[in-house]
Amino acid sequence: MSLTMLLQNIVNGFSLGSLYALIAIGYTMVYGILRLINFAHGEVFMLAPYFLFYSSMIFVLPWWLSAIIAIVLTALTGMLSERIAYKPLRDAPRISALISAIGVSFFLQNLAIVLFSGIPKSVHRPAFFSKLFQFGEIRIQSTLFASIGISIIVLSLLIYIVYKTKTGLAMRAISKDIETSRLMGVDVNKAISITFVIGSALAAVGGILWSLRFPQIFPTMGTIPGLKAFIAAVVGGIGSIPGAMLGGMLLGMSEILFVTFFPAISGYRDSFVFIILILILFLKPDGILGTKTQEKV
Amino acid sequence: MLKIEDLNVFYGGIHAIKGISFDVPKGKITTLIGANGAGKSTTLRAICSLVKTKTGKVLFEDKNITTLQTDDIVKLGVAMVPEGRRVFPNLTVQENLDLGAFTRDDKEGIAKDQDLFCELFPRLRERLWQKGGTLSGGEQQMLAVARGLMSRPKLLMLDEPSLGLAPLLVQEIIGVIQRISQEGITILLVEQNAFAALKISDYAYVLETGTLVLKGSGEELLNNKDVKKAYLGE
Ligand SMILES: Nc1ncnc2c1ncn2[C@@H]1O[C@H](COP(=O)(O)OP(=O)(O)OP(=O)(O)O)[C@@H](O)[C@H]1O
Ligand SMILES: [Mg+2]
Repeated sequence: MSLTMLLQNIVNGFSLGSLYALIAIGYTMVYGILRLINFAHGEVFMLAPYFLFYSSMIFVLPWWLSAIIAIVLTALTGMLSERIAYKPLRDAPRISALISAIGVSFFLQNLAIVLFSGIPKSVHRPAFFSKLFQFGEIRIQSTLFASIGISIIVLSLLIYIVYKTKTGLAMRAISKDIETSRLMGVDVNKAISITFVIGSALAAVGGILWSLRFPQIFPTMGTIPGLKAFIAAVVGGIGSIPGAMLGGMLLGMSEILFVTFFPAISGYRDSFVFIILILILFLKPDGILGTKTQEKV
Repeated sequence: MLKIEDLNVFYGGIHAIKGISFDVPKGKITTLIGANGAGKSTTLRAICSLVKTKTGKVLFEDKNITTLQTDDIVKLGVAMVPEGRRVFPNLTVQENLDLGAFTRDDKEGIAKDQDLFCELFPRLRERLWQKGGTLSGGEQQMLAVARGLMSRPKLLMLDEPSLGLAPLLVQEIIGVIQRISQEGITILLVEQNAFAALKISDYAYVLETGTLVLKGSGEELLNNKDVKKAYLGE
């Protein structure tokens, strides 16, 4: 293994990790507030590149505008799914909402098959994302840098919202004690909607960047990335936003390095991710940055 | 200011509040006393819609607030210091206070009020950057009261603010409640510590298994022989 190749793969790992991180945030935020694993999150992720595909192909809008539209539509879908499928079950046993989430996942996936057909579509990659950068020996595609750059910007924005604004304060309060948050005058329904909007928008950014990296989209494309991002959230400590970022990075990096160092068994890369999960849960059941999960009273 | 009419609350099949009616007059201290499980907390929680009222009415400044959402009731000027303090352990003292002021937008007014309440509870000022969960029980209670005041409520409800505090602190909290009342804020107080509470109350009610059995001025109840026997341990 040459040093150049290693460097190339590290950039690659960062890039994949940042995508996992973007998706993992949605799992962790929703879990933090509702103690719900949103199984439909991978499908929300899948919708974004489709929305982008249709607005740029059919309505021939410029790419950046289509991307914004796709992010907005995806965020709305995420918010609506909460309103329709989870909100009515908020006082029901937690397992009901979980089952409802699985239902939403199936529904969105099948809706996508009906609307967009199951045949994979090729995504057009704007010139900006298909440049090749050459640093001496190392050649790196601009998509990789773009993924890292855009993720850093979006995640910084998220941290600002969560830790520096009133809305973020309300979200952190709700995640500890919904009832007392209400007593502070927080509109809990609104805060939960905002949480879904943010989580889904991040997944949309992740989905679009994903489709630039792997330019084929299909209705089940959200399943594996969704699952891995969920694992990333658990590894980082579900409920913790920095944990989801760290978990995503860790998972993306180890997956790429696994493939780099053991090319012969690279077909097992998905199983490798599960081994990481099992190991971490064995060593630190609450995840790397997780705190003891308190049952709510 | 606050008027409760024939309030009924159920938890599943349990009839917790059985048609109680009472008034909380403006600018006064009104106290509810009663044994464990009498329904004191449930009454306060029903007033701010944390539990559903089955039948009956809650009127605040002549407005029917029975079916409003909690956050809208808070916006009208009702604040509650809940039983067991319920300080946010993961947030700093400053952030807890900011949450208290969640319904307000006047930055300067908020800063001024915070200064004011930090004078009331000097220990909070030194701990603004400490996590709520690391405060002592007494400090948490002070924070909970200060947080309740940060919304500049017209009516402040306190659910057992002296619970678990050393006698000296109980006196301090009771003193603070009296000062708050002198500022013109109406108080609805729930207390186990009947003696201390009745001494500062203008009006008081005794709640027994979901029913109001006695009412009078604080002093009348202090001297009532049933109250003496049941709640003052004499
Ligand atoms: N969430 C709940 N589910 C079912 N029953 C409840 C619930 N909360 C309270 N109760 C019941 O309602 C009754 C009144 O409870 P409440 O908490 O209002 O009493 P309290 O007067 O505040 O008592 P304490 O002095 O111990 O705080 C009790 O019998 C209690 O068991
Ligand atoms: Mg109580």
